[in-house]
Amino acid sequence: MRLKHIQSYLAKLILCLSAVLLPLITNAQDTGKVAMADQMRGDGKIYVVVTVIFTIFLGIILYLFTIEKKIKKIEQNQP
Amino acid sequence: MRKIWWKVVCVLLLSVTIIVGLLMPVPALNILNETIRNLYFHVPMWFGMMLLFTVSLVYAIRFLNTQNLKFDIYTEQFAKVGILYGSLGMVTGMEWARFTWGDFWSNDPKQLASALSLLIYFAYMALRGAVPDYDKKAKISAVYNVFAYFIMIPLIMILPRLTASLHPGNGGNPGFGDLAPSMRPVFYTAVLGWFLLGCWIATLGIRYQLVAKKDLLTGGGK
Repeated sequence: MRLKHIQSYLAKLILCLSAVLLPLITNAQDTGKVAMADQMRGDGKIYVVVTVIFTIFLGIILYLFTIEKKIKKIEQNQP
Repeated sequence: MRKIWWKVVCVLLLSVTIIVGLLMPVPALNILNETIRNLYFHVPMWFGMMLLFTVSLVYAIRFLNTQNLKFDIYTEQFAKVGILYGSLGMVTGMEWARFTWGDFWSNDPKQLASALSLLIYFAYMALRGAVPDYDKKAKISAVYNVFAYFIMIPLIMILPRLTASLHPGNGGNPGFGDLAPSMRPVFYTAVLGWFLLGCWIATLGIRYQLVAKKDLLTGGGK
């Protein structure tokens, strides 16, 4: 009778504790490894610089191609 | 020059230069630190400039041989992109010097000599603008172009090597070939890529000028 009382008390305590602690555990797991394009932030974020320079370079190349297209049009309109 | 394959090669070479050049491990040297990667961007500007001026010289000589005004347009456009590259090389060099040698301008022999050779090519453009008659302009500026080239080479390549200089490979300093032999492949990739990009820009100018000066070229002008 008394043992049963303690058992139910323990069960309630464990339930309460787990209710409080479980989120903490999962939270700890979250902060451990969140996949967020880590490569881009590694090595002092050099990859961001590479991306920016490469974007500018591609922009210039695209611009050259559009100029070339315009020149081609003028060349073809020649009598 | 209207073919696309060499433009694709140019884009590929420069993509390799930017991505591998910025990410590949480089020798860790004092003072230079990571700025050693400027070898892939600053130095090819000057190599590209000299190669473009060489192409310009070849067309200047061809013009003097044939009197074909088409070659005068070639000469002018390649010289123009060469000047653009030289100016970019000058500005990037000053930016690099600020953080390694301590000052934007330290009157280094190579800095002075390359500034002089740029001024000589600025004068080429001024000369072209000053002569109104097109045939005369073409002839005089072609002769000047030949002289300018053979002044530029000793100014940049020979004289700075004879005196004390901050530049690597000059005045007894070890060059980058000795400092960082592992950087050679990407460096040559960069030089070729930037040179091809310069040729591409020059051909766009040439094709525009060929259309714009059509009357002069066919001799039916006026």
